[in-house]
Amino acid sequence: MTDLAVASQGLTKRFGSQVAVDAVDLVVPRGAVYGFLGPNGSGKTTTIRMLLGLISPTAGRHELLGRGMPDRAAEALPRVGALVEGPGFHPYLSGADNLRRIDACDRTAEARTSAARTAAALDRVGLSAAAGKRYRTYSLGMKQRLAIAAALLVPRDLLILDEPTNGLDPQGTREVRTLVGALAAEGATVLLSTHLLAEVEQVCTHVGVMHRGKLVAQEQLGKLREDATPQAVVLTDQPQAAADVLRKLGLTEVTGSAAEVTGKIGAVAPEKVVAALVHDGVPVRGFSLQAPSLEDVFVQLTGQGFDVSG
Amino acid sequence: MSQVDVRPAFSLRFLRSELRLIAVRRRNQAGLAALAAVPIVLAIAMKVAAPGTGERRGGGPDFFAQILGNGFFVALAALGAELTLFLPIAIAMLAGDAVAGEANQGTLRYLLTVPVGRVRLLAVKYAGIVAGAFLAPLVVAGTGIIAGLILFGGGDVTTLSGTQIGFGEALLRLLGVCLYLGLCLAALGAVGLFLSTLTEQPMGATIALAMLSVASAVLGQVPQLDWLHPYLLTQHWTDFGEFLRDPVSLGALRPGVLVALSYMVVFLSAAWARFAGKDITS
Ligand SMILES: Nc1ncnc2c1ncn2[C@@H]1O[C@H](COP(=O)(O)OP(=O)(O)OP(=O)(O)O)[C@@H](O)[C@H]1O
Ligand SMILES: [Mg+2]
Repeated sequence: MTDLAVASQGLTKRFGSQVAVDAVDLVVPRGAVYGFLGPNGSGKTTTIRMLLGLISPTAGRHELLGRGMPDRAAEALPRVGALVEGPGFHPYLSGADNLRRIDACDRTAEARTSAARTAAALDRVGLSAAAGKRYRTYSLGMKQRLAIAAALLVPRDLLILDEPTNGLDPQGTREVRTLVGALAAEGATVLLSTHLLAEVEQVCTHVGVMHRGKLVAQEQLGKLREDATPQAVVLTDQPQAAADVLRKLGLTEVTGSAAEVTGKIGAVAPEKVVAALVHDGVPVRGFSLQAPSLEDVFVQLTGQGFDVSG
Repeated sequence: MSQVDVRPAFSLRFLRSELRLIAVRRRNQAGLAALAAVPIVLAIAMKVAAPGTGERRGGGPDFFAQILGNGFFVALAALGAELTLFLPIAIAMLAGDAVAGEANQGTLRYLLTVPVGRVRLLAVKYAGIVAGAFLAPLVVAGTGIIAGLILFGGGDVTTLSGTQIGFGEALLRLLGVCLYLGLCLAALGAVGLFLSTLTEQPMGATIALAMLSVASAVLGQVPQLDWLHPYLLTQHWTDFGEFLRDPVSLGALRPGVLVALSYMVVFLSAAWARFAGKDITS
């Protein structure tokens, strides 16, 4: 019906008295690389489990690739590659044997091409050299890579990757980024849950932010940052005086260091800020407006606290 | 864009992969070796021990006494000896791995997202258990026959009815015994599959099934509970001796077969009811 890879309406999951996912309306357009963000325990994995039909929602409904779940799971899921909450394999089988096992279970996969596809998937995640090793001897990152390989055994229209870079070395992280880019270029949609905001800024086109089970923001990446209040940055050698001026003008969250003062500019016109600084005799060496980083936006949306929502 | 071609509804790839998974696991190989070791140890012990020590109490026909006369009875004695604990434990191991084991390793969620339908998953898992249930008695009987022939020789076999049958026919009857016990163990496996859907701890399911099996055997020994006996899964297992009567009375085997089939129907349904809509949070 729609051109959405993932669409959910009011998706809700209750565990006992706790609402782990609260009326989430996901909208992931086809071809998007969707960064699914949120603090620990905010409900990302739970949402992903519902999307894949592993757990049934308490309320709400959703579609994958235009097919209603869970009724049409047999049609949708073969086109969906998934990595959910870390790797899971048989420890006493080799990496390649584990992939072959998964492939053997897939009715839509051709037995004839199984060996070639297995080898290609291992190659794509850089595991060819360790293909014959028992899974139990794999390092954390190798395990994670194998899980990504399993998601790539057959061509996919949608990849749902829950923290794919968990435990990967910098090269691995970079390769996953490249891989996600390549998959998107091939036309696949990627839903990527991660805590690495720098990665998100580099690869994602869309972002959804979870907080205490609610989807508190869902936008194109650029728009999300535009919408957030920009910061005024004043370069000066009298930060104390500059900060006073900014506060007087009504800027919020004013903070200063030795040579620089920043504050949320809100509705205040930038030229007024400069004029006021000059008027009060504060030497201004530089003035700029900065779109907030994704991290700022994220913290704005989900709060400063370190405690998990539980 | 997404052309999903669902291939033949029936494919043996998953089943083959399942059987292979069971077969390559070292623990299963060791378990099978242990099952096979019992008749060998038993035959050697009988050979070494003085004759005329065939005293034995409780359940089932006593085949020990006849071993010295014919190696054929090593197989039967070993099956009888392993039936109370060893064979049930072997099935319990497989059943524990079936669903709880996959959940424990995190492989269950990946099977389901392949997607493997939940009914299909249970069917293939049960097929694996059933394969084990039939293989285990055959292995015990096979090694028993070989060890018996080597140590005691073969020849015509005296049936429980006192008649003589040829060794070839005796082997056929032994095959019947194995099939009957396979069915009994497969029924136990159905209970195990159900237990396996209840937990993410394979050992929990294994121990629970082994205990159930032993408890059932113990209850079967309590005369005050004779009203319960017809419904006990293990009650008719020792009926396998009926194959050694002349002629074989199929009627005497019927209660055991009916109980086994009933347990299968009930517990496979329960497993399906439990698993079909279960939240997979492992
Ligand atoms: N099976 C369960 N039973 C009870 N509560 C659960 C269960 N699974 C998840 N929860 C709760 O639901 C909430 C969301 O958990 P979830 O795993 O979805 O978080 P997350 O966003 O993936 O976190 P992280 O970033 O740490 O992976 C948590 O409070 C968690 O305790
Ligand atoms: Mg998670």
